[in-house]
Amino acid sequence: MEYFVQQLINGITLGSIYGLIAIGYTMVYGIIGMINFAHGDIFMVGAFLALIAFLVLVAIGISAVPIALLLVLLISMALTALYGWTVERIAYRPLRRSFKLAPLISAIGMSIVLQNYVQVAQGARVKPLPPLVRGGYTLFEGNDFAVRLSNIQIIVVATTLLLMAGFSFLVARTRLGRNMRACEQDLKMAALVGIDVDRTISLTFVIGAALAAVAGLMFLLYYGVVDFFIGFLAGVKAFTAAVLGGIGSLPGAMLGGILIGLIETMWSAYFSIEYKDVAAFSILIIVLIFLPTGILGRPEVEKV
Amino acid sequence: MPRESEPNRPPHYIAAVKEAVIAAFVAFGLFALMIGIRTDQGPTGALVITTRFGLLAELVAAVFAGRLAFVLVRRNINLSIDRFMPASAKSAAAGLIPYATAAFLVVALIVPIVFYRDRYLLDLAILIVTYTMLGFGLNIVVGLAGLLDLGYVAFYAVGAYSYALLAHYFGLSFWICLPLAGILAAFAGILLGFPVLRLRGDYLAIVTLGFGEIIRLILLNWQDLTGGPNGIPGIPRPSFFGLPFNASENGFAATFGLTYSATHRTVFLYYLILALALLTNWVTLRLRRLPIGRAWEALREDEIACRALGINTTATKLTAFAMGAMFGGFAGAFFATRQGFISPESFTFTESAFVLAIVVLGGMGSQLGVAVAATVMLGAFELLREFDQYRMLIFGAAMVAVMIYRPRGLVATRAPSVLLSARKDIPAKIVAEARTESSA
Repeated sequence: MEYFVQQLINGITLGSIYGLIAIGYTMVYGIIGMINFAHGDIFMVGAFLALIAFLVLVAIGISAVPIALLLVLLISMALTALYGWTVERIAYRPLRRSFKLAPLISAIGMSIVLQNYVQVAQGARVKPLPPLVRGGYTLFEGNDFAVRLSNIQIIVVATTLLLMAGFSFLVARTRLGRNMRACEQDLKMAALVGIDVDRTISLTFVIGAALAAVAGLMFLLYYGVVDFFIGFLAGVKAFTAAVLGGIGSLPGAMLGGILIGLIETMWSAYFSIEYKDVAAFSILIIVLIFLPTGILGRPEVEKV
Repeated sequence: MPRESEPNRPPHYIAAVKEAVIAAFVAFGLFALMIGIRTDQGPTGALVITTRFGLLAELVAAVFAGRLAFVLVRRNINLSIDRFMPASAKSAAAGLIPYATAAFLVVALIVPIVFYRDRYLLDLAILIVTYTMLGFGLNIVVGLAGLLDLGYVAFYAVGAYSYALLAHYFGLSFWICLPLAGILAAFAGILLGFPVLRLRGDYLAIVTLGFGEIIRLILLNWQDLTGGPNGIPGIPRPSFFGLPFNASENGFAATFGLTYSATHRTVFLYYLILALALLTNWVTLRLRRLPIGRAWEALREDEIACRALGINTTATKLTAFAMGAMFGGFAGAFFATRQGFISPESFTFTESAFVLAIVVLGGMGSQLGVAVAATVMLGAFELLREFDQYRMLIFGAAMVAVMIYRPRGLVATRAPSVLLSARKDIPAKIVAEARTESSA
């Protein structure tokens, strides 16, 4: 029981990170109907930018952890958003009217570019960061097993909840959110009623990338290591989360993320840690076959 | 562009400079931390940073200059290919395609004779033809049937491991295993095909990617059977229809009265893979003329229309998957026998992406294009061997660039499988009748 509760806590933490990445997939898919294959690598870039920003802040003498973390968060969100914008501008926007697989192939190319760009710029080695946030609480003990909730886990889940609330507000209540929802329903119609479609799509990428940057920072804090390849697996799992929750649905992305995080953690804890990625990929395949609209998604009708 | 008609527009070079300045600012934002600062592990294990502001400045300047040049050139010079190549030249070039194919084939046939002494070039040639064959196989799935398969390497792996395991545990020879590897890979293709048939294009892509990764992870973790990350060593080399390539009395060299040389095997391997690749090509070309091939191409163009016409999309997709997978399996078995050693490391997603890039760059559906793209890409890879780190970077960028500027590929002449023999003019009277009927 204690062991199970501990895995539950770990799973929800991991799931929050997946959920933050999944929002980027789900928003882009909702609006322009493409899988932004490079989004996982945007997350990786975000983690790297956070790492570098933190080291720079320490080097110039800002080492109080809360202030440094806040600054790192802002810097990496801003710069990663710029990456998201640039990727859309260079690799996707020119393909808006191309054949249907073109953006996906371009996205795969972009993913390769981002991975190797980071590898060239920062080296292929794993980058360790000593734990910045220590401590935690022991919730309860029993059977020689203490269930612990660490501070970093609290930070991850709290940040995720906060961002989700803010983001839901943005989509539901602001002008930008209304434009985004209009674009999601019908791009052509949205353009006809005077919405700047290109700008809205750009901003969608910017927001998705900023959220991925937060996920990157959380990943960095939680695991303490990053390398240039983390984006691939995290990206595929986050995409699985988006599909599981119902692609195009924001609460679905979060729900899917947490489910994937839980499944992965439980699988590692009770079955075999070697096959945890197999479990994640299998879920993706099973969900797509039996529940292609996801848990909270709408059925999609293909029109001629 | 509507902006160009505005009056009192500032001269275009000012606008160009403006754009270049913006691009430089963006570049600065992108590169400031990532390029300007390098993190490395110091002697204590903690990360230390070193600054590279010079490099950062150079890159930003390069982006500024590049953008400026791009904007000015785009405005003043029409770079489109139609300007340099009038329609007549284009059709003449299209007429050259059969000759180009023949020339390519002749070159492919005489490579081992001309470069008999150059072991390095022979190995490169074998590699190029292997990837050409993989490209042909994937072309059936992606180019003809229009199903984007991101896990093609899984079938390559199934083929390679089929041969390696059958040889290892049952001592079967290469010539028996080659068809078996193809059949097993085709089964893997059907196994994958069945559940994913209902998925639309991009979902299908992600599922095939997941399938490829699952196969790789199983190979990696099923240590008892596959040796896990250590792979399978000592895979038997192929024989010349029973004659082994060694210095013994009943070896290949002794039987034909030649002095033994290790190059014999390399040359044999080259012709073997060339034969397999040509077989793939021939089968593809024949299939395209059969109803099934036409159904594939129809499926690629419009699935709904296909269904409306009564084409069994399930069977059509499955055969495409199975066919593509089978040729991937053949190539895999060849890979195993050539290397003599295989491990899951050879079957990563990067490999799938590489084969896909060959098909995409070659122009989806074009056979000659695939061969040219494989040659160009692997050749470029060898030339860039010294700039190892930049190879993949350039190759990813090339994929994006081709999608933007030449979405039909470098050799963009996909010969239509069906040609109407004569063009019929429809009399204006009938057209007018049809118009009035439809509007009524």
